[in-house]
Amino acid sequence: MINFINHFSQWAIPLIIFSILISAFIKKVKVYEVFTDGAVEGIAVGVKILPYLLAMLMAISIFRASGALDIILNLLSKPLSTFGIPKEVIPLALIRPLSGTGSLGVVTDLINQYGPDSFIGRLASTMQGSTETTFYVAAVYFGAIGIKNSRHAILAGLVADLAGFLAAVFICRLVFG
Amino acid sequence: MLNKIWFTMICIGIIIAAINGRMEEVSVAILESAEDSVMIVVKLIGPMALWLGVMKVAEKAQLTKVLANLFKPLAKILFPEVPKDHPALASIMMNLSANFLGLGNSATPLGIKAMQELQQLNSGKRSASNAMCTFLVINTSSVTLLPTTILALRIGAGSAQPTEIIGTTIFATFCSTVVGLIANRILIKISGLREI
Repeated sequence: MINFINHFSQWAIPLIIFSILISAFIKKVKVYEVFTDGAVEGIAVGVKILPYLLAMLMAISIFRASGALDIILNLLSKPLSTFGIPKEVIPLALIRPLSGTGSLGVVTDLINQYGPDSFIGRLASTMQGSTETTFYVAAVYFGAIGIKNSRHAILAGLVADLAGFLAAVFICRLVFG
Repeated sequence: MLNKIWFTMICIGIIIAAINGRMEEVSVAILESAEDSVMIVVKLIGPMALWLGVMKVAEKAQLTKVLANLFKPLAKILFPEVPKDHPALASIMMNLSANFLGLGNSATPLGIKAMQELQQLNSGKRSASNAMCTFLVINTSSVTLLPTTILALRIGAGSAQPTEIIGTTIFATFCSTVVGLIANRILIKISGLREI
């Protein structure tokens, strides 16, 4: 299984590019010219994203470095653990929507500390794999097109994160006991 | 909403830093975040240019139309506002496929491309359209079928069965996406009364 997955990820990108290029070439598309034409836009997108990303990372890093996040963690860990949610994974649930590298760090810690095949290790893996960094995705996706009013998207994304977290706890309790 | 969240996070952070006596850490963190954002953008520009190039070739070869066609039944439910042969649907489908396969770095450029195309349909250019919100929710709720990063991490930590979390991950992903989409629909109904 793991071999298959590894092979699959190795093959996917070259195969996609290969098949797109072949079919374009057959249809007499000037592949090189068109490719570079499209690629030029990549730079503009990057430049456009920067201010939005900076704003988001700045707010998140202030919030974390000040200890505000820790205060929320302490407030939440007691009531949540009474619901059968292990307090070890609560930091992960809180950091996940805010920071991708931050949450990856927390998962790595949990896996190293408790072992990848422990309940905490499995639950943390499931949580990390089933959610995304909501604030980062919003900043990058909306920033690229200059959207300033995200309307209800963030709220809906956070509701989804919460649901993913609870679903992860539920299914891991069921499957891994 | 982002306006208020952003403002609140910064103000609360600085006030709490003052109480905790952690102003120095905050000061360092602010400047580091500015550097980090440039690093992230620099790292993103490469894959971004790569996939925008590939997508342009696919467009010229009319492949994106084929993809959009495949996606039609699902698109009708998820993105009722998007015309059925609009190029945005092909980009959305490419992005979702990249997410399914856990190709994180490649999924982002394709998602941005989809957003650009959705922006052409958007009437208020500074405010997200319903379709954009739906697309964002699908992405933030993560639709990974193969969580490659976490698998690599588990293998590295010497797990006896690194893949055993794939099933639970798919279940949790499914729940978060469905709940996110429902929340999104409800919020569109509520906000639809006062915005655009």
